[in-house]
Order: sequence, then C-alpha cells, then structure tokens
Amino acid sequence: MIEFVKGAFMLTGASLMLLASLGLLRMPDLLTRMHATTKASALGVILIMLAVALHFGEVAVVARAVAIIIFVVMTAPIAAHVIGRAGYFVGSKLWSGTVKDELKPNYDPFTHELKSGMEAQANVERRPQQHDLD
Amino acid sequence: MTGAIWNLLLALAWVVLSGNFSGLNLVMGLVLGYITMVLIEHQVESLAGYPARVPRILRFIGFFISELVLANLKVAYDILTPPWHMKPGVIALPLEARTELEITLVANLISLTPGTLSLDVSDDRKVLYIHAMFLDDEEELRRNLKEMECRALELFR
Amino acid sequence: MAVVILISQVLMSLALVLAFVRVVRGPSLPDRVVALELFSSIVVGLVGLYAIQTDVSVFIDAAIVIALMGFLTAIGFARFLERGGPRDD
Repeated sequence: MIEFVKGAFMLTGASLMLLASLGLLRMPDLLTRMHATTKASALGVILIMLAVALHFGEVAVVARAVAIIIFVVMTAPIAAHVIGRAGYFVGSKLWSGTVKDELKPNYDPFTHELKSGMEAQANVERRPQQHDLD
Repeated sequence: MTGAIWNLLLALAWVVLSGNFSGLNLVMGLVLGYITMVLIEHQVESLAGYPARVPRILRFIGFFISELVLANLKVAYDILTPPWHMKPGVIALPLEARTELEITLVANLISLTPGTLSLDVSDDRKVLYIHAMFLDDEEELRRNLKEMECRALELFR
Repeated sequence: MAVVILISQVLMSLALVLAFVRVVRGPSLPDRVVALELFSSIVVGLVGLYAIQTDVSVFIDAAIVIALMGFLTAIGFARFLERGGPRDD
C-alpha cells in the first residue's frame, strides 16, 4: 500500500514538473509562463518530498522533508511575486491576447508611484497616514 | 499564540513521560493536549478562543488544498491543448486586509492558487493588482477571490 | 519500484532539457530567471528521487540547501532588475 502511494506521488510529481517546463516553453509571455511554472513545480516538489517522507519513515528525515515542504510553500509565492513584479515594471511585453490591464493607468514610471484608483474616496475620509511623515 | 505554545509543551510532556520518541506519538500528544485545553478553556483566561481556532485553521488548509489541486488541473489542461483558451489580464482587487501580515498572507494565498498571480500592492495598501489567467467570467473570479480572502481573514479575527 | 523511479527520473530530465531551451531562447532576462528558478526546483526533486533510489537519507540536506539557494537567487535577480537592470518602461 505504502509502495503504491509512494510511486503515485513520485510519478505525479515528476509529471507536474514536466508540465511546468512544457508550460514555460509554450506560454506566450512572461506572466503566463510564471503561472505555469511556479505552482506546478511547487506542487511537484511537495509530492516528491511526501514520497521521501513515506519511504524513510524516520523522525529525522520526515522532519526535514516537512521543513522543505513548508519552505517551498512559503517561498514559492514570494519568489513569483518578486520576479513577476520586476518583470512587469522593467517592461516585458504582455501577450497580444491580454484582455485588460488595470495596472498600467495607475502606475507612474517616473516616480514609481502606484495609485489605487480610489484616491477620490480616500480624500473624502482623509486620515494621516504613515507615508505622510517622510 | 500562548495556546499553541502550551499545546506543544503538553505534547512534549506526553512524549517524555510515555518514553516513546516517534512522530506518531507526538501527534497523539498534540491531540491529547488539545482535548485538555478544550476542557479547561472556561477556567483559564489566556486560552480563550484557541480551541475554536484550531478546527477553523484545519478546515482552511483542507479548503486550500482542494482549491490548489482543482485549479492546477485547469491550468494543466490549457497548457496541453494547442489552441489557447485563456484570456489573461491584470485586474485590481480591493483589499479587506489592513495590517501588513494580513496583506502578505492574502497575497501569498492568491499567488499559490494557479490561475492568479499577485503582482503588486498600491502605495496606499488598498488595492491588490492580480494577473489572472482566465478572465472569461470576471465577476465569478472576483467572488472566488473575495471568498478566499474572507476565509483567510477569519483566522486572525 | 525501480521502474517507477526510472520513469520519474526520465520525465524530470526531459523537464530540465525543456527548461534549458527556454534559458537559451528566452527573449528577456526575467524569462531566463524564471527558467533558472524552475531548474532549481526540478533539481530538488531529482535529489529527493536519488535519496529514495540509493536509500541514503543525507541527500535531503543537499535538497534543503538547493531550495534555499534557488529562492535567494530569485530575490537577488529581482532586486538587480528593479534597481540596476536595463529598463524600458
């Protein structure tokens, strides 16, 4: 039974990684490529580490495998956010099929200021904010 | 937070006293510690609210994993079939979350579900810009994201 | 079991090759960074498989280090892009 689950985890993890790299190759622009890679590869690493934990079954190894899983779950979205943001603001082109972009009109490339589009409402109920001080 | 620390201490005490240093026994200790804390919740003030929070966190993890797997299948289908079904775009999602910790958590959860990727937070911390892959039904996407945000914020409040 | 491990290793090696194609072709620097990050997580998976194959659990430590390095390089590249990289926004 454990053998079967282990094998299933390994195969699924490996095919998820293959899927991630296929997506990386086929997708048309940076942000859609990141959709394909970050989550699929994170899930792949999680599954393979679960297989490792099942295979060894000792406390020390299981603790390390769980540590890797927690680490991947915590860092994968941060890395995706940081690279996606840098890529977007450095000016990588969006795919021609992109239907809407609500960020562009709110971003000022000279001051690097990003508005929320809700300033009118904020001015009505204006309270002192932290970045007023500096 | 004090509740979690006490639960862990009780579990360690269980492991030490029963003399069986395996992972399964630690889980057993955690469960027993949790039951103890449910029983004494009314008498100890600093524990109030902890027993109710644990099942909510567990349910949230379950909900999140199911969401993760389902959405992964959707993205996988679009990668494997040649014509693109996707309609990517950047949308602005108004945030309920206020403190830095809540915003970080919500943005990370949104990044982890396939099909959505949080790009940036506006300077006044009111709007999260999200790159979404399937904008066929924008209203439904917004509703799903809102539901996830509400469930995540419930854990804190 | 050996067959399953072999199949998984073949699949992941194929994934490495495909990611490498993106590193070579990638029109811009962020694309290459994304591909390199995928590299690091595939290698973490391969190390895990190797640990299972050889029954040596110490390899997991190597996987931890590789996962850490992958994350740190991603952060470093993003900082470089935002502060000093070539920009045309």
